[in-house]
Amino acid sequence: MDSEAKILTPELVNVKKPVWAFSKKTFCEGMRDGVPIALGYFAVSFSLGIAARRAGFTPFQGFLVSLLNNASAGEYAAFAIIMANATYLEVAVITLIANARYLLMSCALAQRFAPGTPFWHRLVIGYDVTDELFGITIARPGSLNPYYTYGAIVLAAPAWATGTALGIIAGNLLPLRAVSALSVALYGMFLAIIIPPARKSKVVAALVAISFALSFVCNYLPGISALSEGTRTIVLTVAISSAAAVLFPVNQDEQEAEHDA
Amino acid sequence: MTHNNYIYIAVMALVSYAIRILPLTLIRKPIKNRFIQSFLYYVPYVTLAVMTFPAIVNATQSPVAGAMALVVGIAAAWFGASLFQVSVACCAVVFVLEFFL
Repeated sequence: MDSEAKILTPELVNVKKPVWAFSKKTFCEGMRDGVPIALGYFAVSFSLGIAARRAGFTPFQGFLVSLLNNASAGEYAAFAIIMANATYLEVAVITLIANARYLLMSCALAQRFAPGTPFWHRLVIGYDVTDELFGITIARPGSLNPYYTYGAIVLAAPAWATGTALGIIAGNLLPLRAVSALSVALYGMFLAIIIPPARKSKVVAALVAISFALSFVCNYLPGISALSEGTRTIVLTVAISSAAAVLFPVNQDEQEAEHDA
Repeated sequence: MTHNNYIYIAVMALVSYAIRILPLTLIRKPIKNRFIQSFLYYVPYVTLAVMTFPAIVNATQSPVAGAMALVVGIAAAWFGASLFQVSVACCAVVFVLEFFL
C-alpha cells in the first residue's frame, strides 16, 4: 500500500484536485454554516433530554442515543413509547417510520457524489443526514465535497448529544415551569421543518392540516385512542402519505427544484 | 417484561444508520417508482405534523400555553424564522403565558 502510494504521488501532484479532496477552505465553510445549526440543535436537544429523562435514560445514555441517532423526531418518538415499556420491535418500527424521510434525503445525496469519490465518504456522510445538514449540503452547487458537510457535523453532532445530556440533568434541577416551556422547543423545530414547504405547496399545507386534524381525532376517539401513541403515528403516517402519493404524485424534477431553492 | 436501555439504544442506532446508509451505498440509481417517490416525499411532513399536534398542547402545564406555542410557532416558521428562532419563540410563549395561566 505504502510503496504504491509513493509511486503514484508524483503524478497526482500535477493533477487538479478532485472535487471530493480535503480542502481547508471547504471544511471551514462547512463549520461556518454549521454554527447556527449547532445552536438550534443545542436548544432543541435540551427538550429532547427532558423526554429522555421521562423514559428513564441517564445523561450518559441520552448522550449516546443522540450521538448515535442524530434524529429529532425519531428519538422523540422512541422515547415516548419506551416510556410505555415498548418492545424492541416497536422501537425499531417507530424509529424507521419517524426517520423514513432520511431515506429520501440519502437517495438524493447519493446522486450528488462525484464519480471516483472514495466509498468510505458515503459511510461517514450517512452518519449524520438530518433535515438541516442535508439542506445545506444539497444547496451547494455541483458535486458534493464531503468535507463541507464534515465541517458542519463536527459542530452539530456534539451540540446535539451534549444538549440531550444536559436536558436530562437539568430536567431534575429546573423548576417545573421552565421544563414546561422548554418541552415545546422540539415541536418548534418540527414546525420549522414542515411549515416553510407548506407555504410553497398547497398540497403539503393541506396534508399538514389533515394530519393535525386526524391526529387530534385519533387521540380522543374511543378505540383508536387505546392504541399506543407510536402505533397511531405509524398508522396515520402510512395512511395519509399513501393517500397523498396516489392522489397527488410528485415528479422528481419538482422535488429537486425545491431542494435547490 | 423490563427492557435494557442499552439494547433500546442499539436498536435505534442500527435502524437510524441503516436508513441513511442503505440508499447511499446500495441505491445509487434514482428511485423511478412514482408512488414510492411521492410516498417518501410526503412522509416527513405527515409524520412530523402528526407528532406535533395535539402533543404540543399536552406537553405544557397549561394546554392554552401549548396551543398558543403552536400558533406562534406556525406564524414564525411561515414568515421565515430559522429553526432556532422558531424553537425559542415557542418556549418564550409558554414561559410568559404560564405566569398568568
